Amino acid sequence: MIDKTVADLREAVAGIADGATVMVGGFGRAGQPVELIDALIDAGASELTIVSNNAGGGDLGLARLIAEGRVRKVVCSFPRQTDSWHFDRAYREGRLELELVPQGNLAERIRAAGAGIGAFYSPTAVGTPLAEGREHREIDGRTYLLEHPIRADVTLISGLRADRWGNVVYRRTARNFAPIMATAARTTVVQVDEIVPLGALDPEAIVTPGIFVDRVVAVGGRRWLRDGAFVGGVDLQGEPLAAPTAELATAQTAGGDR
Amino acid sequence: MTDRLDRDALARRVAADIPDGAYVNLGIGAPTLVADHLPPGSEVILHTENGMLGMGPAPAPGDVDPDLVNAGKLAVTELPGAAYFHHADSFGMMRGGHLDLCILGAFQVSQTGDLANWSTGAPDAIPAVGGAMDLAIGAKDVYVMTDLLTKGGESKLVETCSYPLTGLGCVTRVYTDRAVFDVTPEGFAVRELFGTTTLDELRELTGLSLTLLPLTEESR
Repeated sequence: MIDKTVADLREAVAGIADGATVMVGGFGRAGQPVELIDALIDAGASELTIVSNNAGGGDLGLARLIAEGRVRKVVCSFPRQTDSWHFDRAYREGRLELELVPQGNLAERIRAAGAGIGAFYSPTAVGTPLAEGREHREIDGRTYLLEHPIRADVTLISGLRADRWGNVVYRRTARNFAPIMATAARTTVVQVDEIVPLGALDPEAIVTPGIFVDRVVAVGGRRWLRDGAFVGGVDLQGEPLAAPTAELATAQTAGGDR
Repeated sequence: MTDRLDRDALARRVAADIPDGAYVNLGIGAPTLVADHLPPGSEVILHTENGMLGMGPAPAPGDVDPDLVNAGKLAVTELPGAAYFHHADSFGMMRGGHLDLCILGAFQVSQTGDLANWSTGAPDAIPAVGGAMDLAIGAKDVYVMTDLLTKGGESKLVETCSYPLTGLGCVTRVYTDRAVFDVTPEGFAVRELFGTTTLDELRELTGLSLTLLPLTEESR
């Protein structure tokens, strides 16, 4: 019998060593596995290399991991945001290293790692400062740059639902990097709103098959859903709106799941 | 200043050139305004590189869905027919030449179509590139939408970019507040003049030997 579900978040992040390379899903707040990151902070690992599209915003999740001084290096496409103050400070103080990778190359390098590709040529960034010192190659009249896969020790991602085999479905643009990161690490850990019985997920709709997943942990429903249906009433960070008016509440009820 | 289009008017002008059925990515900033001016009834399918086709406008405040954002990490909505996919597929759509058009902002565009829009090269700046370099080389056509001049009065159309490049020879057309330019083997060619702007004025503002497309003369 296969059961990849673990009892709690502590167990979900157990064994992540100092100096590990950790892929973290999410595009800004969307799909960021905040609960797993909190558990990673509690577990105490440091000197981490983080592979993620961003380097954290606000004070939660990835931003907090950096604020706590646990990160040695960030591999990402877009660290600078209006609210990336924790990254900004650590970077300016020379406390962490940055490897800047164009977003599409970042995605393809992760995908390549998971698919067993040794390296590949990409046309992105040719002629730019990011191409300096890199291997160029002309193929059929077009110039490309050699790109190597990015592998990780652990991937932390967030999905909507999973079963005990580790099959995962996502929600809207919260999917982003998760399906490819799931394939590129030695251990893939998924937090989901709920774990459903085997057979409850439509096999045609499964995005990440369980073969890529090692641990699944349930963290409870997201605030903007009720019984799986969208109810809104939150801001972009998922925080409740101050005081929804009666009119707004009615509109939300009528809106249903879009 | 009646000789210049404001941002909304420029967005409307760009939108008018997008054919029905096109798959389009609108860059962060001014290009996102184009979405508000697409002709009613036309089915232009908007791509956002964080994993969606069929992106709709911003939601009402109470309907913000933190799981549904665009590349600028702003709340958006989903239109009937929308599809979600992961990041590698999303950038494969671009790099693989499946996207018809990408509309981007710019710091500078050179007369050979080089684009600089990700960094001013300031030594103390924290570098961030996002999808800019992938977008620049990914779509069949790359249009730039920008003011012709910087706030300091310098031309954004240049012989050679002085800012760090985003992509080489990738821009095909530039929509500015004073005129529309095509990138041709002979350099920038003026496609359309707005208001009272003249070719001589544009030559003076840009310092470039601009040509006039035959199309322009007919349409005047």
